[in-house]
Parts: sequence; C-alpha cells; structure tokens
Amino acid sequence: MYLLYNHLSPGIDPLSPDNVLLIGAGLLTGIPALGSGRCDIAAKSPITGGIGDSNIGGFFAPEMRMAGFDHLVIKGKAEKPIYLWIHDGEIEIVDASHLWGKDTFETQALIRSDHGDEEIISLTIGKAGENLVRFANVRTGMKNAAGRTGMGCIMGSKNLKAVAARGTMDIKFVHPEQLLDYCKEMIDMVMKNRYSRAASRWGTLVIYSSTNTTGLIRTRNFQLNQLEQGWEIEPEEMDKYTIGMSGCFGCPVSCRHRYTLKEGAFAPFFAEGPEYTSLGAFGTMVDCKKMETVLVANHLVNKYGLDTLETGGLIAWAMELYEKGIITEKITNGLKLEWGNEEVLFELIRQIACREGFGNILADGFKIAIEKIGQESKYYAIQVKGMSNLHSDERPTPSLALGIATSTRGADHLRSRPAIDLYGLPEDFLEEIYGAPMSSDYRSYEGKSRMVWWQELLYAVTDSLGTCKFQTVFLAVHAPKWEEFSKLIYLVSGMQYTTSQLMEIGERIYTIERIFNNREGFSRKDDTLPERYFKEATPIGLPRVKGRKINREKFEKMLDDYYTLHGWDNNGTPTKETIQKLGIEKEPSHII
Amino acid sequence: MQKILFVDSEKCTGCRLCENVCSIYHEKVSNTSRARIHIVKWENVGLFVPMICQQCDNPICETVCPIHAVSRDEKTGALLIDNDLCIGCKLCVMFCPLGGVGIDKNRKILKCDLCDGEPFCVKFCVPGALQFIDSNAVNLRKKRIAAGKLSELMKKLFDVDL
Repeated sequence: MYLLYNHLSPGIDPLSPDNVLLIGAGLLTGIPALGSGRCDIAAKSPITGGIGDSNIGGFFAPEMRMAGFDHLVIKGKAEKPIYLWIHDGEIEIVDASHLWGKDTFETQALIRSDHGDEEIISLTIGKAGENLVRFANVRTGMKNAAGRTGMGCIMGSKNLKAVAARGTMDIKFVHPEQLLDYCKEMIDMVMKNRYSRAASRWGTLVIYSSTNTTGLIRTRNFQLNQLEQGWEIEPEEMDKYTIGMSGCFGCPVSCRHRYTLKEGAFAPFFAEGPEYTSLGAFGTMVDCKKMETVLVANHLVNKYGLDTLETGGLIAWAMELYEKGIITEKITNGLKLEWGNEEVLFELIRQIACREGFGNILADGFKIAIEKIGQESKYYAIQVKGMSNLHSDERPTPSLALGIATSTRGADHLRSRPAIDLYGLPEDFLEEIYGAPMSSDYRSYEGKSRMVWWQELLYAVTDSLGTCKFQTVFLAVHAPKWEEFSKLIYLVSGMQYTTSQLMEIGERIYTIERIFNNREGFSRKDDTLPERYFKEATPIGLPRVKGRKINREKFEKMLDDYYTLHGWDNNGTPTKETIQKLGIEKEPSHII
Repeated sequence: MQKILFVDSEKCTGCRLCENVCSIYHEKVSNTSRARIHIVKWENVGLFVPMICQQCDNPICETVCPIHAVSRDEKTGALLIDNDLCIGCKLCVMFCPLGGVGIDKNRKILKCDLCDGEPFCVKFCVPGALQFIDSNAVNLRKKRIAAGKLSELMKKLFDVDL
C-alpha cells in the first residue's frame, strides 16, 4: 500500500499506462505453516477508482521469492502482448502473441512448454482481462484467483498476459530450527479448530449450511435472505463430484475440492473449487438450485478469468431488473433473464468475458452499467463504492454490515468480516479478544465498531505477512493472531514486535489505504450500504433474523465510533495527530 | 521392526509442505529445489504423486557408486550417502529408475535419509499421504482395503451382512 500510495499520482485513469501494478510476497512467505503462499496484487481499481488490492493463494509468491524477488512494480504499457519470465535473479520480457486469446489454463500450460519446465508457476489473465472487463481477475493454478477489484483488467491494459516464475534460490530464516518446531505447533493449533477440519473436508462451502439455514444468504439478488429448497447445493452434494481436496503452498487445511463433471453442459471436465462465494454467485443469487450449475459456472469464470462475485452479482442484478421490467429483451438482445435459467447464466458469463451483446454493458461493472441502464436501476444494485457485495445478507448483522460499508476496496468481506460474531460467544471472552466490552448478540450494534476495527488491523497485517486469513481469527476463534505473528516474525527475521506495535502497523496500512481513497475523492458519504439495507426488512429465515433491517441512526453512530477508533475525523479523514503518530506525515515522500 | 516411508498418493493434496520442511530441516532454508521429496503434479486432472527415495533392498545407487559411499543405516533402514567420500560423479542420480537421488544447483547430492528415523515430511503431512509405519503394517493395510472391496462384492452376491 505504501508503494502504491507513493507510485501513483492522484486522479489518473486506472486503465492508462500511468497506473502501477504491484505484485508482492510477504515477510512470512515460505514458512511451513499458516498458508504462507499468499501473494498480493495491487493497483488503482478500474471498478471503484479507489484502492485496488487482491490477495491470491497457490504457489506463486514462494516461487517468486525463490526466483529472487519479493516485490514487482510494473509501470507503463507494453506495445504488444508480453509476459514476464522471472528466474533466479533475472526478469525477461517475453513475447506473448502466441498466448493472447488463450484461456487461463492453456496459458499456464503453454508457458511451461515454452521453457520445458513443468514446475513454472504463473499468474495469468484470460480473455476477460484481455478484453478489459473491469472485474477481470488474475489467476494461477486450476482455481486460485486474485478475484476482486479488477487486477486482471489492469494486466490486460498493460498488455501483460502473464508473470511466470521459477526459482532455485534460498529463502533464508534467522532461526530455522526453532521456526520448524514452532510451525509444527502452529499447524497443530490450526488443525485443532473444528472449522479447519471441516474446511479440509468440504472447503469453504461448509459455511453455507449454517448461514442458509439461519437466513443470511441473499437470494434472487436481494429479494430473499434464504434459498428455500436449497439442499441441492449443500456442501455434502460435492461428494458426488469430488476426487479429493487440494491445497495451496504449505497449507495443512487444503480447503478446495478437485472435482470432475462427467455429464451435462460443457462436460466432461476437471476443475477445482468452488468456493462458498461461487455457491452464492451462481447458486442463490441467481436462484439456481443445482450444484452442477455452480460447478460449470465456477469452471467458466476461472477459464475466462472473471471475478466470481462481481459476475454473479451483476447477473443477479440484471435478472431482478428484467423481472421488474426495468430492462427488456430489447437491451438484452433477446436473452430472457429469468431466475434460475442456467443457459442464460452461462451465456452471460461468456458475453461478459468476450464483451459481446448485453454482456458488454455488464462488463464495465456497476458504476458504468447504472449510467447506461438508468438511475432507476441503482436501487437494486447491491454494491458499495461500485463493487458488488458477496452473497451474504448483512441486514440482521450490524457488525458485518459495517465491515462492507467501510472496506477500502468496496463491498467486501475480506477486509474486516468479524465472522466469529455469529457464534454468540460469551461476552467476557469477546472482551478478552477485542479488548473492550461488547454484545454477544450478532443482531446488536453494541461494541461492534470495535470488532470491525480490530479485524481490519488484523487482516491488514495478515495480508502483508503473506499468510492466509483462514488461519487467523476469521472463522475460528482459537487461531494464531498477534502473539503468534510476533514470534514467527522474530524467528524468520530476528525483528521483535509487540502486539501493540503490530496493531500500529495494521493501523498504518489501513490509514494509508484510507488516505489513498480520500485523495481520489472518497469520504464518509461512500462508507454506506445499499439503500435496501435500510428500507427492506428480511422477509424469511429463523425468527432471530426475520424482519431485520439496518437502523440508519444506529448505523451512523457505529460509523462515528469506528472513525474514532481509527483516529479519523467525522468525515473519515485521518486526523493530523493520527498521521503524526503513525509516522506518515511526510508521505507520499516520493511520487516516482 | 523396520519402518518404511509409505506414500498414499490418494490422500495427497499437493500442498508441498513436505518439500518445504525437507529443505528447511536439511538445508536450513526454504527452497523446494533442494528438497529430497518432490510432488509430481498433473494439475489439469488433479493428480498429485509424492516421489521420494524408496530405500530399495537392492539399491542401484549403492551398486553404481564407484567409491562405495552408499551404505545402509541399520537402525532406520535408510540408505545414506557419505558426503566426505562422495566424488560427485552423479552416477546414482543417473541410474536410479525412480529419480530418488537428486542434485541441487550447488552440485550437492540430495537423497532422503529418513531424518534419522523421524522424517519431518511425515510429521508435517496433515492429510496422511506420507506415513512412517511398520513394513508389515503396509501390507496389512493394503490387504484390508482390498478385502473391503471384496466384502462389498460378497455382500451383494450372498446378500449377507458381514
């Protein structure tokens, strides 16, 4: 974030050569625990116009470090399609004309055959990125994706088809023996969690069972909060298709399925996934009740290189507009956007990726599509700052709602989601974790600003360390956090940090993101929720969640408290004192 | 009883934690190209096969070694290469039919030594694709799996509950 803030001048067009693409590993990349294969990709987002930042698993980050590089800063634009070939201390720019037009799987295979090395790990874009679909993602392996904020679009705008790495250099640690022992402890700690063990068996799909039963899943875009008769997409259904699980670099959890589909549209094929979010994007939000539909759509977006959430969110929105008569077959070119119509779903995914027909309108994301379709459509768009929300319905859960409103990159659960709020944990225990009293009722507003603030700092640190969020306090309570991070940092680098110092680093990262966004014109007015959260109450679900909506007054109060915790003023601007305290008063020190 | 390192590819999730801990334990750095174990992958069909020295009973590496630097550790059953004797001729690398002996970029011979009887790859393998078990148990396990399939068949044929 520091690099992004320093390398970008304010107000530039995200798709211009002035944008900067950053690909970075973390301090803990390469340790044998906590899913240390995470890689961070950042640029100014073509969807929101604010911070663009997406984290990707797989094997790229350690391979890049073994090839001798921690961070790549990519500027300008290539004249013709190229890819970067990084190997043992060298970076070569290679012609990629033979890769242009290939899908993400073919591209990776071709790069391997170009160099005759099956161990090469590549980040690549598919057709969507080439066609500058604003929410195109960056992909690696069969399934891993830096999905959000359109980083694939930025690669496409630079004519950069892929970044390939292969390394045989050492990643060094200060205390390797102790690190090995401590990492074993970390693995045991993570695997003791029931959540981790369940994820090892069913992946993130496991979350669906409880959230759908409760009524926290948006269905038919945002009309319902539960998919009734949704048992066909219960995680257990995956047993019919899965041949086992697959893990990212050094991960004991291995949370994704390897599956084959033998019959039906596009079959036979082998793929990996789907995530919980794809289950929502191509299941509940578009009202498709078949696991096969989700499996095909998941494979298609991975092939084209499209963000699963943005794609599903936009299609669900279009389906509701069609139902309400706001759009007709005239604009959809004869496509009948009916709920649950899988042919339409698959066709729209193709159209978006290829920028054809109605898909071309959706391919620009919510902000531009609303302009084209008309302001009337805005009310139905479940987005914040121009980015689609996932398929969760946060109306009964103020803490989760605040998180998607304040997230620096647009509606997003991965900047702060305090998912453990849903467990109804004892209040003294919550106080122990978050450091102040708060309600254990997930419907309450009491103390929830603190939860969101604390999680934002934790996730900012986790992302910059290069480890996996699923192996810290996200869905599991007794998971590695500040103290464990401190010890790992010490064993890897010899540097010593206390919990409060680490939290300050988290605060610095998040405040820089905030300043970056403010510089682009964002402020308090953008930290809000779609109108429907305030106006429409949840129609179904368990008695605890039925009839809930967000109370505007209490929400604004929560936002005030949240700003205070960060040391930002009433308008969401970091105060002078905060900036001084964090030592960033001289930033940006060098616009490069 | 002699233990052997048993590989159950069906359980492998391809995470390469084994490669990583192998290089950290032996070389004190994270560098998968210096590991003694390697997961061979066919990602497009989801097939992962951990490959490691099988500590053969009639080891070719021992046979071809011109200066007899390969010997068996009676305690662990591991075939060890004496680095002080090794002249780096790489015949063992060339002749091992399984790719069980490797060589790193510093021309150092890499071969599994079973970590002196407590293999780190096994310790870290959560899915249990790598196990260090009694040689007899390997056979019994396989028998049980095969018998399980047979018993399914018998249930169908004779309509009995075993």
